[in-house]
Amino acid sequence: MDRLRRTLVAALMLGVVAPLRALAAWNKEAFGAKTPGEALKHLGIAGATPSTEVRIDAPQIAENGAVVPIEVSSAIPGTNALIVVIEKNPFPLTARFDFKDGALPFVKLNVKMGETSDVRVLAEAGGKHYFATHEVKVTIGGCGG
Amino acid sequence: MRANLGAGFTDIRVLMTHPMETGLRKDPDGKLVPMHFIQNLTVKVNGKTVIDAEISQAVSRNPVFSFRLKGGAKGDKIEVSWLDNHGESAAIETAVA
Repeated sequence: MDRLRRTLVAALMLGVVAPLRALAAWNKEAFGAKTPGEALKHLGIAGATPSTEVRIDAPQIAENGAVVPIEVSSAIPGTNALIVVIEKNPFPLTARFDFKDGALPFVKLNVKMGETSDVRVLAEAGGKHYFATHEVKVTIGGCGG
Repeated sequence: MRANLGAGFTDIRVLMTHPMETGLRKDPDGKLVPMHFIQNLTVKVNGKTVIDAEISQAVSRNPVFSFRLKGGAKGDKIEVSWLDNHGESAAIETAVA
């Protein structure tokens, strides 16, 4: 009985985890890129236009690079994705958010920064890309911690 | 996780308990702690996916995210699930208040 239960539990877990793994895509090449240019290339982004409609709310000075709060949003109509790149981190691409019908192009998160760097946020709308940057000065780096 | 109605939108705030190891940190013995981090994040409203995200090891430990949904109603079911590079996953659920 116990064995049967274990088998059933294992089967259930596989059933739940397997489709999740199959569905979940993670762009290994883009996240493994060591320069912002290379990361964007692997995301299929050829060029981006600067825009004040892409908003970044982040501190100018972060004492602790392990937890830097960043709020990003886009006022460009039809924005379907926001991409966060920390230019001087060992692996610059930090996150890509895809917003479907029902979600607003807004996200707030905490990131690690190894050193003072520009944070570049790209918005995707109608197949085009727009960006803004914001420099964060880091007093104590947060990549090793 | 909490989800509250705002002015024309629903505000979601979610906390995940996860070490988010970068693979660059050393333990007290000087050995590198292997990479262990959330890679995928999904937000669903009443069973429908509204946000899909891919994230890196540069997201801080015990990640906290805020998202906003258009409109919304009290009682809407919000589900946030994640999957990490070890294949571990979890889902958190709440109703809009």
